[in-house]
Amino acid sequence: MAAVMSATPFIAGGRADRPRQPAVVALRDITKTYDTAAGGTVHALSRINLEVGSGEFVSVLGASGCGKTTLLRIIGGLEDGYGGELLLHGRKGGASHPDVGIVFQDANLLPWRSILQNVLLPAQVLRLDKNRSIAHAHELLELVGLQGFEDKYPFELSGGMRQRVSIARALIHDPSILLMDEPFGALDALTREVMNQEVLKIWDRTRKTVFMITHSISEAVFMSDRVVVMSPRPGRVIAEVDIPLPRPRTLEMLGDEGFAVLTRDLRRRLDHGAV
Amino acid sequence: MTIDATAAAEMLASHKRERLRWKSFYSSDAMISLLGFVLLAGTWEAAVYLFKIPDFILPAPSAIVMSLYSGLVSGVFIYNFLVTAFQTLVGFFVAAIIGTALGAAVAQFRVIERVVYPWLVALQTLPKIALAPLIIIWAGYGISSKIIIVALAAIFPVLVNTIMGLKSCDQGKLDLMRSLGAGPWETFRTVRLPNALPFIFAGLNVAIVLAILGSIVGEFVGSKAGLGNLILEANFQFDVARIFAVLVILGCFGVVLSQMMRIAQRHFLFWNKALN
Repeated sequence: MAAVMSATPFIAGGRADRPRQPAVVALRDITKTYDTAAGGTVHALSRINLEVGSGEFVSVLGASGCGKTTLLRIIGGLEDGYGGELLLHGRKGGASHPDVGIVFQDANLLPWRSILQNVLLPAQVLRLDKNRSIAHAHELLELVGLQGFEDKYPFELSGGMRQRVSIARALIHDPSILLMDEPFGALDALTREVMNQEVLKIWDRTRKTVFMITHSISEAVFMSDRVVVMSPRPGRVIAEVDIPLPRPRTLEMLGDEGFAVLTRDLRRRLDHGAV
Repeated sequence: MTIDATAAAEMLASHKRERLRWKSFYSSDAMISLLGFVLLAGTWEAAVYLFKIPDFILPAPSAIVMSLYSGLVSGVFIYNFLVTAFQTLVGFFVAAIIGTALGAAVAQFRVIERVVYPWLVALQTLPKIALAPLIIIWAGYGISSKIIIVALAAIFPVLVNTIMGLKSCDQGKLDLMRSLGAGPWETFRTVRLPNALPFIFAGLNVAIVLAILGSIVGEFVGSKAGLGNLILEANFQFDVARIFAVLVILGCFGVVLSQMMRIAQRHFLFWNKALN
């Protein structure tokens, strides 16, 4: 089951047929081990090989504890001490990369800063031009549907709105790679569906390379070009599945047969890997 | 005519508002506590006259008001109040500045933590007031010894809370800063310090009470002026009414200081949900 599979049962014209672009994110033999308090070692990640192409939307699907968050943190420059090689645009990834924007599981807004100031935080840290960044922040807040909220504070916003702010913040320095770590895990199901569509809309407009972690099969299928299935102990890739559903994707497609086939297929692979 | 009508309506409305305001005042908490105060003072006054309680044991409220008035008019209370207020505030600010700075140093640098922390733990339980006689010997009877005592008494809650607040920063926000490649100073300035502010303010709230305490005790131990000094003097003369008068001033001082703290807190911590 360790072999990487491609499931394109129905429609021709999946990823394989397109001319291969240089990978924006390339992971080569990524391995990460933790020492436990008892003196043993835990293999969080075992020989992960993965490539994400330019403008591609890739989701990583897996049960908790399969190391998917660790994988995202490695790409985001938040983990030290791992084996293997991380390449961003063909260059070796360093400690932190301004070319990456991260949407965390929690919005992680700074409660003492206004919404506009929160969005501007990366621009401030990266010393970007202030006036241009403010103009860009207004555009992004409009993009995430929060125009007019610039001077509000995080405590005045709902959970979904806060996560929208954090998406705008992740895009302010115009990174080519957007990492999302279960971005809507803390939201209710209805808000989550709305947010999924919003993110697809944003992705469509900005054409970022997106790497999203999720444990929702339908979310992964609905949003992605390709779904990477991981399995725990040790964390490894057990399948890569292309999602050849047409775009733009709509909520009505959730009931389609093609959608159901893909969901069933992923479910089967997940269950198989969990054994 | 229309102008008259609107004017009349406006007058009526303002009259109604006025009535409503009085109505809410009568039933307000302020009204109830005022009523309680009047009742207590009345009973006290009556009890002193009825049971012929001597002035040097318990003076009547009217005697206290008289003493307060004469002390204020002669300027004695005002001068001594200014002395106490000055040393309390200066000592408090010294404690606030050194406390946060030292706390930040302990929280940020492992080496400093290892040197300072054992001392902190050892000194924390020691009643700092007990050092007052020593400080008087070293720094004299003047105002500087009191400032030192106030600062010593007030610094610990600020210091301990600053360390706690800076260390309690949530990892997600630190990850965010790290992913952007922010340096330690920038992370401290933009995330850690504002995040610690609610803790620091909680420490300052305790510190302001300890500062007044330190100020008065410092004056008890050895001083030439101040409200604590006045209390001692009045005590020697069995002028109990005057002691009470000074206590009233001290009480007002405490209320004003804690109100100022609350205003500052509301200004700096408006974003803190726990306060709203």
